[in-house]
Amino acid sequence: MTERKIRVLVAKPGLDGHDRGAKVVARALRDAGMEVIYTGLRQTPEMIAEAALQEDVDVVGLSVLSGAHMALTPRVMELLKANGQSHVKVFIGGIIPDEDLHRLKEMGVTGVYGPGASTDDIIREVKHAVMG
Amino acid sequence: MTLASSVLGGDRLALARLLTQVENDSLEGRAALAELFPHTGRAHLIGVTGAPGTGKSSLVNQLALHFRRQDDKRVAIVAVDPSSPFTGGAVLGDRVRMRDLAGDAGVFIRSMASRGSLGGLAQATASVVQVFDAAGYDIVMIETVGAGQSEVDIAGLAHTTIVVEAPGLGDDIQAIKAGILEIADILVVNKADRPGVENTERSLKSMLDLAHPSQRVFRHHGQIMSDSVQAAPRDGMIWIPPIQRTVSTEGTGIAELAGLVAKHAAHLRQSGDWASRERARLEVELDALIRETLMSRFREGVPQKQYDEIVEKVVKRNLSPWEAVKVLMNPHPGPSPRGRGESERSK
Repeated sequence: MTERKIRVLVAKPGLDGHDRGAKVVARALRDAGMEVIYTGLRQTPEMIAEAALQEDVDVVGLSVLSGAHMALTPRVMELLKANGQSHVKVFIGGIIPDEDLHRLKEMGVTGVYGPGASTDDIIREVKHAVMG
Repeated sequence: MTLASSVLGGDRLALARLLTQVENDSLEGRAALAELFPHTGRAHLIGVTGAPGTGKSSLVNQLALHFRRQDDKRVAIVAVDPSSPFTGGAVLGDRVRMRDLAGDAGVFIRSMASRGSLGGLAQATASVVQVFDAAGYDIVMIETVGAGQSEVDIAGLAHTTIVVEAPGLGDDIQAIKAGILEIADILVVNKADRPGVENTERSLKSMLDLAHPSQRVFRHHGQIMSDSVQAAPRDGMIWIPPIQRTVSTEGTGIAELAGLVAKHAAHLRQSGDWASRERARLEVELDALIRETLMSRFREGVPQKQYDEIVEKVVKRNLSPWEAVKVLMNPHPGPSPRGRGESERSK
């Protein structure tokens, strides 16, 4: 039997085109031995939830730099739940004002990372969230 | 209700979860595969292979759209990308080119990492394809990793193998080498709006002209396994791979390509090749399983310490790999592996 791999969906919801951060994180998670499904720019929450279902991921990482995170995140989480995937951990990266941090955590977001976050921290926290 | 029966009942989440079990080769996955096996053998398996950057994902996207819109077929896509040989991690990026298929419940896309396999597929790809087949998908498209010259496993899995080329990828010597071009049932010259398309097409054509149109036989254990199921095809039953130009970003040539795929399927059924390919495929799969089972059974019987010691001897050049195998495979090792005659096992 082969070992279990952590599967991560890295997605960019919304309309901003800044995917550098998402790609850096995807690469870092890859180098940590995870299987990262990268879906590209301008995904709707519906597309993200559908991909998360088909790929049976453990983690969804959303990259939002447009300021729309308070609209997009709850929608993604709602759809994951509706699909029977409430066990999937959601992480967010991007430009997230401090005052939103608390509310995102309340919604059930596992981790939020802004500019300058270390990929080592992200890897450690993703592993911890999935493996316990 | 078992995972397998939920999958047969059309539950997409169960399908996704079963694919993970099968990919991880878990006991639950194996049991489900056994339960699903009687329901397989219906889907048309289409392989798409070619060098990195030739446009395989975009082509799969367009073909799947066509099968959905024109033929109303349910389509599953298995997209394989390479795993890192160092960390085992992977970035699976084929979905980026398949966004047109989002929101269609008749399409299911699954990305797979190759997990150390070298033939262009992952070890569990055949099993994943079986699950989709049992789940009632009419067409299962398998996109290989960006293939070089010898990643030809797809030909043993798919009914129809499409090899994708693009202009500017090498001269006509590439076209007469053995390997990937030989496995094509259909050759596609994608990016046909680029300069050099005539040259690419010409080299492929001359390759095909030189090829003696012979019955397709499978190499099996290094031996030619001739088709034992069906008599040799009659004249006019020989399939000569057609060449199709496409521009998959625009959809040019896609309808024609889909037509060729359908024509090939009809040819396989008429000529009896469908049955012989099925047989060869299942035999290859069975062999792989036997190999894997024997390997794990063997490793269970050898203490890790002994194994490490032998490896160490090989590293120090005290033992050749062949001698090491002899020692390891012999449960009651004699006094010296060098003492045994070379021909002892060859008879």
